[in-house]
Amino acid sequence: MESLIETGSDIQPSEIDHPIHQEDASSMPLVTTPAVERVYRHALPVRIGHWLNVVWLFILIMSGLQIFNAHPALYWGDRSDRDRPLLSIRAVKSDGGQVNGITTILGYPFDTTGVLGYSNNSVRAFPAWATVPSAKWLAMGRQWHLFFAWLFVINGLLFAAYAFMSRHIARDLAPTGQDLRGIGRAVKDHLVLRHPKGDEAKRYNVLQKLAYMAVLFGLAPLIILTGLTMSPTIDTAFPWLLTIFGGRQSARTIHFIACFSFVGFILVHVSQVVLTGFFNNLRSMVTGWFVVKYEGVRHEN
Amino acid sequence: MKIENAMKRRQFLKGTLGAASLVALAGCDNLTQSNWFPGVLNQAEKLTALVQRVITPANALAKEYTDADVSTVFPANGNTDPGTAEYAAHVESDFARWQVEIVGLVEAPTSWSLAALKELPARTQITRHDCVEGWSAIGKWTGVPLSDLMHKVQPLPTAKYAVFHCADIDDEGIAYYESMAIPDCYHPQTILAYELNGKPLDIPHGAPFRLRFERQLGYKQAKYVRRIELVESLFGIGGGKGGYWEDQGYEWYAGI
Repeated sequence: MESLIETGSDIQPSEIDHPIHQEDASSMPLVTTPAVERVYRHALPVRIGHWLNVVWLFILIMSGLQIFNAHPALYWGDRSDRDRPLLSIRAVKSDGGQVNGITTILGYPFDTTGVLGYSNNSVRAFPAWATVPSAKWLAMGRQWHLFFAWLFVINGLLFAAYAFMSRHIARDLAPTGQDLRGIGRAVKDHLVLRHPKGDEAKRYNVLQKLAYMAVLFGLAPLIILTGLTMSPTIDTAFPWLLTIFGGRQSARTIHFIACFSFVGFILVHVSQVVLTGFFNNLRSMVTGWFVVKYEGVRHEN
Repeated sequence: MKIENAMKRRQFLKGTLGAASLVALAGCDNLTQSNWFPGVLNQAEKLTALVQRVITPANALAKEYTDADVSTVFPANGNTDPGTAEYAAHVESDFARWQVEIVGLVEAPTSWSLAALKELPARTQITRHDCVEGWSAIGKWTGVPLSDLMHKVQPLPTAKYAVFHCADIDDEGIAYYESMAIPDCYHPQTILAYELNGKPLDIPHGAPFRLRFERQLGYKQAKYVRRIELVESLFGIGGGKGGYWEDQGYEWYAGI
């Protein structure tokens, strides 16, 4: 591939701390040594924003589940027709007196005893270990949620402003035409857990770019706007929110789906972080510095 | 060897993440129980109230729906019957002797009977009721705009809040009450409703009168309203936080 030979990265050589830095190489011939390069990958504002978001999201998701537990059912439209929920998580007592947690999705019931509906001898949709606070306490869950929602929004706005002004989006996040043409190969590589190496590892790959763009500019605004649509005051100020989301209860349902999309993103994100070098990735998000290894000879031109 | 290491590393990571989330959860619970942290969380309510007030035009109307949108069942939450002998007597007499009065920081304290209120110009609105629990129901409410009553009693400039004293008392003997800022009393959709879906308000929904304050959550919609008191401060009324649920940790500003 052409890009293997070129410096396939937007990080210019002048930004590289130690262009080729040899490690544990004293006893080995130079040409076969994996060369190691340290790359300054994440700017300080990105790192701060990232770790704050870890805290905000953890709290927002778990306090959100606490709020959901107050009425563990989802609907479409403006009103809650209780006989027609899209999803409900209930405890059902059988004739024998046994209590089961039943999750019903689009009319199909699933026994989810122990996790959803009934857990630890207590009737609650999401279990104590998944909610903030852990006890059933709607008022306190709302306090947590609505406080950290502000921090999430402020953090998001600061990040967006930084990312536009520093050209972080244009440089690092927006997929190029070449990126998009390589999407098929990227999908195949990911499926067999083959990850970019060398120069290719210095930049985000196309799936990474698409995932980050979708979360930053799709999912995050979506979860904020659907959250705001649940506010009766905001609905009077911006009635179009009800129109675009199909009603307050639809907005609540989308908010819930967006929440679990975040959970899904986090699971994939963390597993990719682990698979592609946990400590290297972690260090780069803490200190900014990312180590790229070159196997065999490095093409310098 | 390599696989073993990878497995060890995976187990270590799993253990670390599990332990970290348990510690974080316990940390959240500790913060919840602390003396100071809920006070910090509470600051968000002020910011939300401020921002929502700034971006929402004073007379912006809540969405009004059509007859076809009305919920077949409008759930009744909270106290569904005041349960006192006095209230039972009112029910017996069809609320003929029920009076609602506006008192406190007003020029002309006034009281109205149900019949007198029904003679005043009425407003009918089909609106969405949003419960703090998360569900919504749509109902058609008919009642007297509170602004008309306010013009009659003429609030004094010192009045900041209207406190709604209600006839319902919970199992522990605590009376329901609510409060709203004076400007909200003048919102065109703020009404003292006496009809739901074309029928006289029934007992579970707050007979004979309930407040409709369409831009905030359900617990603000006080039922069984008997006395509206205009005050300068909420201090000394009930638990001092401005409402039955507010005294139990819910936000006074229930716009979200």
